Amino acid sequence: MIRVQREDFDLGDELKALATTRGRIGGIVSFIGLVRDFAGDAPIQAMTLEHYPGMTERQLQAIDAEAHSRWPLDATLIVHRYGRMTPGEQIVLVIAASAHRDAAFDACRFLIDWLKTKAPFWKLEEGSEGSQWVEAKSSDDQAAVRWAKR
Amino acid sequence: MKLLYFAWLRSKTGVAEEEVTPPADVRDVGSLLAWLKTRGPGYAAALQDLSVVRVAVNQDYARLQDKVGPTDEVALFPPVTGGRR
Repeated sequence: MIRVQREDFDLGDELKALATTRGRIGGIVSFIGLVRDFAGDAPIQAMTLEHYPGMTERQLQAIDAEAHSRWPLDATLIVHRYGRMTPGEQIVLVIAASAHRDAAFDACRFLIDWLKTKAPFWKLEEGSEGSQWVEAKSSDDQAAVRWAKR
Repeated sequence: MKLLYFAWLRSKTGVAEEEVTPPADVRDVGSLLAWLKTRGPGYAAALQDLSVVRVAVNQDYARLQDKVGPTDEVALFPPVTGGRR
């Protein structure tokens, strides 16, 4: 399941929702991405995540479906926020649940690596010298290459 | 054809969204970008380096040789940076 929202999320609430609907889950792995207070060497005060409504949901659904085709998963959840956020705030949540932990760990890592390169989000950072669009970094592509089909 | 611009492509072109009717010889993403460049200095600046421009046709990533038509939604944006580490 995927959600794109402006509001914050609560990991505890999301895990409870998963647990009440499933009986066969043996392990749950979660990842939360936060806003950092630095960009390279420069401090940042806030950032705004812009996205492409419609395409974002479409790409996240495709990534989610791909994870389910690769691993025996009982449940997955991607929650991605957009809008203005300050350091320490939660940006993204990924949860993968499976009967066995290996699939849950691998799928969680896969989901976050792939969504970083495929989901249409752009980061505008606010620093002491004004706002600046962040440029893409090749290490994100390399993280995704790890999961390319061999 | 509906065009959408995101992030700095919007700032440079000064346009978030527009409806356009390209010339008849614009049939794919590559020729669309070439035509857009001729529409003004903002467009020329935004599309100067195509290695930092990504295109989606109807919300799926597209390549320069992919076809575009009058009913398509075409979006122009930088490489995604939502989760840069």
